[in-house]
Amino acid sequence: MINWANFISQCFNGLVLGALLALISSGLTIIYGTLGVLNLAHGAMFMLGGYAGWIAYTYTESFLVAAAAGSLFVMIVGVVVERIIIRHFYTRPHEDQLLVTFGLSVVLVEAVRFAFGSLSQRVPPPAPLVGITDLGFMIYPTYRLALLGIVAVALLVLYFVLYKTRIGMIVRAGIEDSVMVDSLGINVYRVFMLVFGIGAMAAGFAGIVNAPVVSIAPDMGEAILVQTFVVVVIGGVGSFPGAIIGGLIAGEIISITSMFNPGYSYIMLFLAMTLVLVLRPHGLLGQAGRE
Amino acid sequence: MFHDLKGGLSRRRVMQLGASVAGAALIPGMPNLAWAAGEPPIGTWPAGSQGDTVSVGAAVPLTGSYAAQGADELKGWELAVEHINTGHELMKKLAPKVDKGLLGKKVKLLSADSGAKPNNAVQSQQTFINDNKIIMMTGSTSSAVAVALNKFAQREKILYLAGISGSNDTTGKDCVRYGFRQNFFGQTAAAAIGPVLLKQFGKGKKAAFMTPDYTYGHTVTKSVNDYLTANGGWKMVTNQVSPLGTQDYSQYLTNIANSGADFLINVNWGRDAVLSTQQAKQFGLLPKMTLVIPYQIPFLAKEVGAEITEGVFAATDFWWTQEDQYPLAKLFVDAFKKKYGYRPEWGAENAYVSFAHWARMVSEAGTFYPPAVIKQYEKGETIPSLLGDVHYRPEDHQCIRPVVIVRGKAKKAMKNDEDFWEVLEVVPGAGVMQKPDEFGCKLGDYT
Repeated sequence: MINWANFISQCFNGLVLGALLALISSGLTIIYGTLGVLNLAHGAMFMLGGYAGWIAYTYTESFLVAAAAGSLFVMIVGVVVERIIIRHFYTRPHEDQLLVTFGLSVVLVEAVRFAFGSLSQRVPPPAPLVGITDLGFMIYPTYRLALLGIVAVALLVLYFVLYKTRIGMIVRAGIEDSVMVDSLGINVYRVFMLVFGIGAMAAGFAGIVNAPVVSIAPDMGEAILVQTFVVVVIGGVGSFPGAIIGGLIAGEIISITSMFNPGYSYIMLFLAMTLVLVLRPHGLLGQAGRE
Repeated sequence: MFHDLKGGLSRRRVMQLGASVAGAALIPGMPNLAWAAGEPPIGTWPAGSQGDTVSVGAAVPLTGSYAAQGADELKGWELAVEHINTGHELMKKLAPKVDKGLLGKKVKLLSADSGAKPNNAVQSQQTFINDNKIIMMTGSTSSAVAVALNKFAQREKILYLAGISGSNDTTGKDCVRYGFRQNFFGQTAAAAIGPVLLKQFGKGKKAAFMTPDYTYGHTVTKSVNDYLTANGGWKMVTNQVSPLGTQDYSQYLTNIANSGADFLINVNWGRDAVLSTQQAKQFGLLPKMTLVIPYQIPFLAKEVGAEITEGVFAATDFWWTQEDQYPLAKLFVDAFKKKYGYRPEWGAENAYVSFAHWARMVSEAGTFYPPAVIKQYEKGETIPSLLGDVHYRPEDHQCIRPVVIVRGKAKKAMKNDEDFWEVLEVVPGAGVMQKPDEFGCKLGDYT
């Protein structure tokens, strides 16, 4: 029998988890859509955001500074990595791209472990968001509620950049046909660098705003990377709205299944992914033929 | 005097001496020497112990959910090997025949990251066997790894000392002749902490369990629940089983919040325990429910903070403040802190003591020949540990050792930044052990 209070709470959990997945996945999907590079270091970017934010927090005790530092640092890392490594792999086979980004993620994770050890580090939420909020039908951690809003705003900003600015138009055009964009006289390499930076920043920002929920550790990106890939596959590779829909679907599947039997959460998630792959191989909002 | 003799020995005299030693080996009272001498090769014996160094292999998680605990454990082994090779005072007390090495050879520790994954652990050990002819294996920090290495050890005929392993199965249904475990486990944890909980909180309580989805989690949860149900009429209102490496526990905690439990019994371990405990607090389950940790996690209190562990009951293998009661514990804590800059957790203690016990068995047996070393363990002799006398049970190769019950201190009561737990009781091992055949242990062959 369904306990409705539990059901609604679980839907809420799904929403929070889904929003976070959507944010991370949107970074992954625009990188893949524009550059054609499947970035296995995306989980490491998520982790770096957490650590950069944590260091900033340790010195300033300000969550706002931490969030800004976390995202900016990872954006810079993204730009540098694109310039030094990824750029040389655009014309190489996908396997090479997978290997180099996988290697990069190992290097980043182990460098952080070398510097800070494997113990979890805590970043407390900003003071007004500590504690629990009574919503009447359930109680919920205040920061998780706020996280929903924070992520929604971040996604709106991303949407605005991608759909309402000139640079966004170029990026979207690049996703459709980067050769054409190049031949129109636009410096497509500069766009690529920027896209990689923005994509990484989305993961980095997610890493620091999620830090008060999960406390950070060098391996934190590994588990999330797998889920993020599932989201991208469900939503459609290269599709920004697809990442959001996919994220929310994945979050709800995990949460609602766990109400009946948590052991089946991930089975159901992968089942959903398989169904999408069979029935609509390019994902819910992806376009056939896009790579 | 010996030096003078040596100078004047003729070749004939040496031959005669050699013959008498060989002859002496055959007389009763020196069975091991005699046994080892004529036996066919087994495992990496004798190839692995023919040089001036013997190698041992550790597969330990340095990445993943158990990375922090694995790193601590590795330090315990490193220190033990250093103490064996230098004949440190503490090692001499635990294994008196160790003398700057083992049977005249230096011990070398090799290690590899297992990520707490059984496949990785077995692969690393296979590499160590092929490349380095290791004579003993260790490592786990996940009973899934311990069980896999148990079976691998039996197949390869190489001794295996479990690292941290809390599953009943390790010396229960998955026990092997070649495997030994020093530390406490689900059954002994339950039997030791159960009476304390019943005395403290009374009968007829409702408990929610959080269980990691593998042999350690399932057996510990079962043992603790069985004890509380049978002896105190407690009821398990929900059991939230999560995969190793879960990050977001909100779904599990929501189910627990709706279960009406008074107690949250968290069997999760490593980083999983850190995250699930922190998030239980975020969701307001703590301090509303009383947290119990039946199988204590090294560094948990440091990672989640004393405000969460204050008043929490836990069962453990060792806590450093026991240095006040046990002189050997003090020697260990001092040596460890001097080398690594912090006070050891129980993973390091288990690592150190299990190596010391192995060194003792090898040096007493007088040979590296594995069946002889196993028989030395199986004599079940009373031997020292950091917490007083212990012995290994011949029937299942489990060390009968005390279980330590601790309670989390309030932050203001802490005397230093590592003084997280107060030792309430040291429960003797014999009374909390199951019958040797209760968990279906069949050890298998020596050769």
